[in-house]
Amino acid sequence: MGLAEAIVLAVLAASTPLLIAAAGELVVERAGVLNLGVEGMMIMGAACGFAGAYITGSTLIGAACGIAAGMALSAVFAALTLGLAVNQVATGLALTILGIGLSGLIGAGFVGERIVSAPHLHVPVLSDLPVIGRILFAQDAFVYLSIALVIGIWRFLYFTRGGLVLRAVGDNHASAHALGYPVLRIRFLAVLFGGACAGLAGAYLSLAYTPFFIAGMTAGRGWIALALVVFASWHPGRLAAGAYLFGAVSILQLHAQGAGVGIPPQLMTALPYLATILVLVLISRARATAGSAAPASLGIPFVPDR
Amino acid sequence: MAEAVASAPPLLEAVGITKRFGAFEANANIDLDLRPAEIHALLGENGAGKSTLVKIIYGLMQPTAGELRWLGRPIRLANPAQARAQGIGMVFQHFSLFENLTVAENVALGLPRTHALRTVADELGDISRRYGLPLEPRRDVWRLSVGERQRIEIVRALMQDPKLLILDEPTAVLTPQEADQLFAVLRRLRGEGRAILYISHKLEEVKQLCDTATILRAGKKVATCDPRRETAASLARMMVGSDVGEVRADTQRSAGGSRLALNEVTLAPDDPHGVRLVRVSLEVRGGEVFGIAGVAGNGQDELFGLLSGERLAPKAGDVVIDGQAAGHLAISERRRLGAAFIPEERLGHGTVPGMSLSENVLLTGHAGSAMVRNGFIDKEATLAAVDRITTTFDVRKARRDPEAASLSGGNLQKFMVGREILRAPGVLVVSQPTWGVDAGAAATVRQALLDLAARGTAVLVISQDLDELTGIADRIAVMFAGRLSPPLPRAEAGREKLGLMMGGGMEAAHAGA
Amino acid sequence: MLVLERRAERSVVAALASPLIAVALTMTTMALLLALLGRNPVTALAVYFLDPLTDGYSLQELVVKATPLVLIAIGLSLCYLANAWNIGAEGQFLIGAVTGSWLAVATHGTDAGAWVLPAMLVLGALGGALYALIPAIGRVRFGASEILTSLMLVYVAELVLDYLVRGPWRDPKGYNFPTTAEFDPVATVPILIEGSRVHLGSLVALAAVGAALVLIGRTLKGFEIRVVGAAPRAARFAGFDADRLVLLTFVVSGALAGLAGIIEVAGPVGHLQPGFSPGYGFTAIIVAFLGRLNPIGILVAGLFLALTFIGGEQAQISMKLPLDLTRVFQGMLLFYVLACDSLILYRIRLTSNRRAADGAR
Repeated sequence: MGLAEAIVLAVLAASTPLLIAAAGELVVERAGVLNLGVEGMMIMGAACGFAGAYITGSTLIGAACGIAAGMALSAVFAALTLGLAVNQVATGLALTILGIGLSGLIGAGFVGERIVSAPHLHVPVLSDLPVIGRILFAQDAFVYLSIALVIGIWRFLYFTRGGLVLRAVGDNHASAHALGYPVLRIRFLAVLFGGACAGLAGAYLSLAYTPFFIAGMTAGRGWIALALVVFASWHPGRLAAGAYLFGAVSILQLHAQGAGVGIPPQLMTALPYLATILVLVLISRARATAGSAAPASLGIPFVPDR
Repeated sequence: MAEAVASAPPLLEAVGITKRFGAFEANANIDLDLRPAEIHALLGENGAGKSTLVKIIYGLMQPTAGELRWLGRPIRLANPAQARAQGIGMVFQHFSLFENLTVAENVALGLPRTHALRTVADELGDISRRYGLPLEPRRDVWRLSVGERQRIEIVRALMQDPKLLILDEPTAVLTPQEADQLFAVLRRLRGEGRAILYISHKLEEVKQLCDTATILRAGKKVATCDPRRETAASLARMMVGSDVGEVRADTQRSAGGSRLALNEVTLAPDDPHGVRLVRVSLEVRGGEVFGIAGVAGNGQDELFGLLSGERLAPKAGDVVIDGQAAGHLAISERRRLGAAFIPEERLGHGTVPGMSLSENVLLTGHAGSAMVRNGFIDKEATLAAVDRITTTFDVRKARRDPEAASLSGGNLQKFMVGREILRAPGVLVVSQPTWGVDAGAAATVRQALLDLAARGTAVLVISQDLDELTGIADRIAVMFAGRLSPPLPRAEAGREKLGLMMGGGMEAAHAGA
Repeated sequence: MLVLERRAERSVVAALASPLIAVALTMTTMALLLALLGRNPVTALAVYFLDPLTDGYSLQELVVKATPLVLIAIGLSLCYLANAWNIGAEGQFLIGAVTGSWLAVATHGTDAGAWVLPAMLVLGALGGALYALIPAIGRVRFGASEILTSLMLVYVAELVLDYLVRGPWRDPKGYNFPTTAEFDPVATVPILIEGSRVHLGSLVALAAVGAALVLIGRTLKGFEIRVVGAAPRAARFAGFDADRLVLLTFVVSGALAGLAGIIEVAGPVGHLQPGFSPGYGFTAIIVAFLGRLNPIGILVAGLFLALTFIGGEQAQISMKLPLDLTRVFQGMLLFYVLACDSLILYRIRLTSNRRAADGAR
């Protein structure tokens, strides 16, 4: 296996959790809700996913546990922000703090344990093709799922009635309500979907990427996923591009560290975070001149009058 | 024809509709019959309960008591989709449109789930041609004018072939000419046998258009009558409950020197959905009320921002206040020059909704007053200012210093007007001074503006309400697409001429004059 | 079905009661959780919240731990009042500790005078302020979300600290541990009460509370901050410069966080090392909200959350309860606080769909 091939494989693996989590958050934000708790839901997904897989020995059940954990936390978020019209920023922060704490509690018993990593696909002939064989046809199921997820979201948003309604709710919740659309119910479903994605993304980390659990293993990936949604201007296609770009940055810094470049390793580790800040600044400035692309109702609580 | 209408069975009956919000009764035991091929006016002041009744008929709210009957059978409308399924269509006053979606997408959202998305654009084209309501399906809504937006609403309602069409104050945002076009469409719909519920507080247009009128006052039904047999005065009496006091236009006023001027100002909007101001000039003299007419969204907000200093002008000399070049001065510095400003939006712009009145006094009073000393707030001074405003302008409130949001629209408007007038300004710029307030408060506010001008202040009033402007302004200019016409003296400013100018026929109007 | 109904005015009773209700609800949930973990909830909660109040050492410790929490939360409350979401106080705290420590490391072993500590405090505040300025400028100048940028900078700050104490600042006599040498006496925050750990920083925190009280309640600047946060358009109408106020609140909160950082390092810790903060910068967010963004409220809330840290440590030692339980408690508390705050603006009504149907008939 050549170095280039290894790097591409590593980039795919590093990008997948970002892509899954960001795809979910994109749907949430398109519905007009800002859930800053991605990091918390992800780490819970990682802890519960690992616990599930360790106890049952099944990656599939592990992933299901991760999804369930993410959804459970997002349901709490939804109850507060939608049911009680609480500030979404503050509630998202609370979700992150709670998620980190709970994951430590749940995962404490599993730290140091190992499981069998999620199996990679093997298609006879195709997977054995030189170079592209391993890249295209021999990934684990999560990688394919993440790509299907993004395509599915794109189709849903722009070619289905449900997607149109979701965008409408995010653009102007008062109008959507006046036309008789159940704004809060649609948002609730969107938030749950976002929670499921974040949970799955976390589960990927502990089931396939590492595969083990340590406290705080998401290391800010939830926050980077949030930044990716902004970077993508809320469009699924650009989201994929952004996720792979960030995956590439984080892998390159690892390789640079490994190659013993004379730069302190801490600076290299900081690279993805610094890149996120830089990208946010550049993208936001570009958008300020081109008009806003953010859903107009983003982050504004909706209280119907009855 | 009136007899034929009366004998047809009602399409929709509202029987004893009551709606309570806590202790407040928005609708009290209201009966209403709507018949096919009838334009039925629902008349009433702001806060009379029109919107609540309509929301109940459209399934947006559930009545506390009473019932709706459709063709004689009781129905329950749990949501607007059910109302639409019955054949009830609605055109909202504050449009229920989505700015960042296309025209076709906006229309599709008003259609039942089963409707195929792909065919919407074609069907929309058919309807808009048939009724003479031109629309481009693929344009984004935020690019459209107010009139075009209303067309989307109407087409969206017509796509479902409604038997009953509800329109909530549809002419509030239209020029008189656009309104006439709308009336033609509505008469055509009536001719097709549809019932139309027409909500308005404009008496003349109700007399002109409607077959029947039901009048609401303070949540109760006052009467159902034939508006063509009533006079505007008798309708107004029923609506307000007493004879409306006329404002005294003081003829003693004599125009003094120039106190506020704009000199050929061109200004790009600061948000992409805004209007560009093009070579706007005006001059307001002391002792004069200068009116600016125009349909909302033609640059009035931008003009207010330019005058107040919320937006700075390109050149210092672009804005002149009492002889001082003020184009580069911030709003607080313009206030120190003796200018005062009252914006249209009461909550969130003119006041902070969640703050007390004494804090809201400070909002415009912190510059150049004794309320702030060395950076410290004199709480007693702010409270005293609230008391002065309260007594001078009859602001009704529950306690001495409540939150701004707890006041009714009319009382909050009186507070905002009082807050500026008690600062004895030399220049006052006010936008939509009586928008959405009750008749009593409106009269108080208009009188206050006239009295202020009589004391030598230059008063500039931006308003969509032509009756208001022709009632109080000495000269009236018209804003259209970011341009301001030269002013017309009140005597020459007829409704028709102004209406033509509001629709962009500025040159035509002047050529005729 | 639960239905929200907007109150005509915010409820004063609810405003005072909401934090208390939130604490009670959190305690109840914790009791359930402890029972689930197979522990006696009464004993466990007693260890958490009562035992620390009964012995002198813990009470001192309470003040020591509340000091950084209150200092940081006071700054954060200004940001949040102005609707500026600084959630990277942890990063500003760490950077303040780093910039202040630079002087301590540089003068270590020399005969530098009493000026060292004051200079360190200034440097710490300055470092925190400048670090907070990055996300503030990002927002004001470029429109970049300050939430995300300020948080990203926390990770960067951790790495900067890590680099320094493993690299150039490492104590040569420290057996290769990642830490600086113990600070000299002139670079150490003096103890306030002889024989205890309560230090001068606690007075600084109290002073910050007092200053914030005056600023928010009495001055035009405080009024400007509140207006900008509550209604940006009204602020513009009033002539208040929102951008400058965002920069100001970020700088003040960054300075307070940085000051808290250097006080912590030069006080109770005594040297710079990675992981010296148990997440004060994040917990301070909870303190700010639990205190309802009010300086006195923050003082009380800071002491209460300090209690959870000490209680958590004691519970870990005496009952073998995991330390993460403290985080869970803190996260849950923030949830309940936010939920209860909703009661200030809204009244919650129980309506049944059946009744609405009856009404229609």
